[in-house]
Amino acid sequence: MKPLASRFSFYVGFVVGTVLLYVILRPVWFEGIQLAGNYGKLSDRQQQLDKDKGIWKKERSALFNLDHPHHTGEDSRMADELYNKVRILCWVMTGPNNLETKARHVKYTWSRHCNIVIFMSSVEDPDFPTVGLGTKEGRDQLYWKTIKAFHYAYEHHANEADWFLKADDDTYVIVDNLRWMLANHTPDEPIYFGRRFKPYTKQGYMSGGAGYVLSREALRRFVEGFKNKVCTHTTSVEDLAMGQCMEKVGVLAGDSRDTAQRETFHPFVPEQHLTAKFPKSFWYWSYCYYPISEGSNCCSDVSVSFHYVDAGGMYLLEYYAYHLRAFGYRYRYQPPTPKAYRLELSNSLDSAGELKEGTSGVKEHGDDDLPRPDQGQDAGPPPVVGKDAAAAPV
Amino acid sequence: MLSERGSFMKGMVLGGVFCLVLSLLGSFSPITESKTEDHHHHHVKAASKDELQQLSESRLQELNNQLQISCVIMVQPKNLVYWAAALDTWTKHCDKAEFYTSESSKALEAIDLNEKDDWARLHKALKHAYENAGNIRWFFVAQPSTFAIIENLKYLVLTKNPEQPFYLGKTVKSGELEYVEFNGGIVLSYEALKRLVNVFQDEDKCPERQSALWKLSEDKQLAVCLKFTGVFAENGEDVHGKGLFNSRSVDNLISESMDQNPNNVVKGCCSDMAITFSSMSPNQMQVMMFGVYRLRPYGHDFQDILTFYPPKGSDND
Repeated sequence: MKPLASRFSFYVGFVVGTVLLYVILRPVWFEGIQLAGNYGKLSDRQQQLDKDKGIWKKERSALFNLDHPHHTGEDSRMADELYNKVRILCWVMTGPNNLETKARHVKYTWSRHCNIVIFMSSVEDPDFPTVGLGTKEGRDQLYWKTIKAFHYAYEHHANEADWFLKADDDTYVIVDNLRWMLANHTPDEPIYFGRRFKPYTKQGYMSGGAGYVLSREALRRFVEGFKNKVCTHTTSVEDLAMGQCMEKVGVLAGDSRDTAQRETFHPFVPEQHLTAKFPKSFWYWSYCYYPISEGSNCCSDVSVSFHYVDAGGMYLLEYYAYHLRAFGYRYRYQPPTPKAYRLELSNSLDSAGELKEGTSGVKEHGDDDLPRPDQGQDAGPPPVVGKDAAAAPV
Repeated sequence: MLSERGSFMKGMVLGGVFCLVLSLLGSFSPITESKTEDHHHHHVKAASKDELQQLSESRLQELNNQLQISCVIMVQPKNLVYWAAALDTWTKHCDKAEFYTSESSKALEAIDLNEKDDWARLHKALKHAYENAGNIRWFFVAQPSTFAIIENLKYLVLTKNPEQPFYLGKTVKSGELEYVEFNGGIVLSYEALKRLVNVFQDEDKCPERQSALWKLSEDKQLAVCLKFTGVFAENGEDVHGKGLFNSRSVDNLISESMDQNPNNVVKGCCSDMAITFSSMSPNQMQVMMFGVYRLRPYGHDFQDILTFYPPKGSDND
C-alpha cells in the first residue's frame, strides 16, 4: 500500500512539476527575449558607427567614400573608370531637424556613390557628421548657406574633386549618370549644369531643387567673385542668385540633356514627370529653358536627379536604379561612350563584346527597334496615360 | 503520509528538470512557433549563372526560342484604369497577352466571358487559354493591378521542362492547403494546365460553379483542383532564397523594410530579379516601367547570357 501510494504521488508530482515549470518559464523566456532585444537596440548605434567605418572615412566633417557599391555579377569597369577620373564632391543642404528624417536616407542611398559627401547644416554635428555653416535655418537663409557651403568646399577640398554638386536633402541623384554627362567636359572649363530655367537671366539658371554641379573652375570663379564683390547676396532665392553670379563671372550655363535631347535633371518626382498633365498655367511651362516633353520622353534613361523625394522614395529610386532589372533586356537607348574613354576601354570591351554577340540568344521580337548608338528616340508621340494631376508643388 | 509527500516533491522536482531540459534542447519551447511549414515547402529557383554557362550555345538558343509566355489577364470594366495601364505597360512583353473580362466594355477589347462569378470566369479563361495555346508552353495568370517583369519570369523557368507540372508563384498556406496567391501572379506549365483542364470535367472534384455555402476564393479553388491532379504549389525564389512573386506593392514593401531593416532597406526588401508586384496604381506602373526598362546607372553592365529585345511599337520601354 505505502510504496504504491508514494509511487503514485511521485508521478503526480512529476506531472505537476513539468506543468508548473512550463507555466513559469513561458513569461520568463519571453521577457528574456525582449531583454535581449533591448540590448540589441542599445548596441544598434554602436553597430551603425561600426558599419559606417567600413563604408566611409570620416575626415574634417566630410565622408570619403572607401568603396562605392558594387553588385555581384556585374561588370562595372566603365563605372569604376569614371569614378576615378570624374571625381565628384556632393554637398547636401540640410538642417539639424532633418538629419534623422531626411539626410540620413540620403546618406545611406545615393551619397554612397559620390567620391566625397558633405552634409551642410546651420549647426555642426560631429557624429552624423555635418558641417556647421553658422547661419540660421529657414528659406531666407538658403543662399547664405549655399555661399558658405561652396566656400567651405573650395577651402577644404578644392584639389580633391573635379566637380562640385549641390543637392537638397530631398533630391535623389544618380551619380554614375552625372559622371557620364560630365565625362565629355573638363574641370577647367568654366561651366555648370542642372535643370535649366530661363527667366530673369540672359543665359538661364539652374533649378536649386533638382541639384546643380559646378566645375572646379566655376567654383574658383564663384569664390573669386565674392572676394571681388562682383557677386553678392542679391536675393535669398538661392538658385536664381547663383545663376546671376555665374553669369557675372563668365561661367557658362550648360545643356545637360542626353544625346536624344531628353532632360536629365528633374525638379519633380518620376511619377509626376512621367504621368502628370501639368495645367498650362503652371509656372513650369514658362520656366523651362528647353521644350518640355510629357510622358515617357520626359526623362532620360540616364537621368541624373529627381526632387521632392521623400524617405521611402529614396530607397525606391535606389532599388529601381541600382537593383531591380529585367534579365537579359537590351535597352533601346544606348548612351554613347564618352569620347575620352573610347580608346582606353575599347580594346577590352570590344573583344568582350564580340564574344557576347556570339552567345546571346536572338529573339525575332524587336530587331528593327535596335537603336544605333547615337539615336534614342522612337517615332510617334507617347500615349496619353495617367489621370490629370493637380498642379505640382512649387 | 510523509513518504508520499516526499515522493510528490521528488516527482515535482524531476518534472521541472525534465521541462527545462526539453526546452533547452529546443525540441519544444514555451514560445509557440509555427514550424509546420518547413519540410512541406516547395521552392523553385532560377538557374544560377554557373549552371547556365554549363549549357552549350545551341542548347541555350534552343531553350530561348522555345520559351514563350502566354499572359492571361482577368479584367473587369470596374477596374478599367488598371486594365488600360496593364495594356500599356508590362503586358507588351508577353509573347501573347489575352484579356478576359467579366462583361464587355466599350473602351477596351477583351474576350468577353460574360461571367460574374470569379472562379467560373477563371475556369473558362484557363480552358480557353489551353485550347488556344498553339506552341506556347508557359502561362502566366494575373489581375490588372499586378505588374510583371516577363523577362525575369523567363529567366526563372528557362531550364524548367514545361512537360512537367509546374504551379508557381507566391505560396501561402491556409490550413492544409498550400496555394499560390492570385495577387502575386500564377505561373502554370503546359502540363499543369493540361491536367487542370482534364480535371475540369470532374464536377465532383472541380466544379465549375462552387456551392453557395462553401465558396473558396478562386486561387484556393485552383489549388484544390490542381492538387487532385497531383500538382502542388511551389514558391518562386531567387538564388538567395528571396521571393520573386510579391502580393504587395513595391512602396509597401520598401516601407516595411524601412521599419524592419533600417540599416539595409533596399537589400532587405525585394529581389533584384523580382517578377511581380501587386496593388500598383496605374501611375506607379508607369514609374516601374521606367525604373525597370529605362532608368539605370551608366557604366554597370550585367552581360547576361541571353538577350531579350524590347517589343515592337512601344515607347515607354
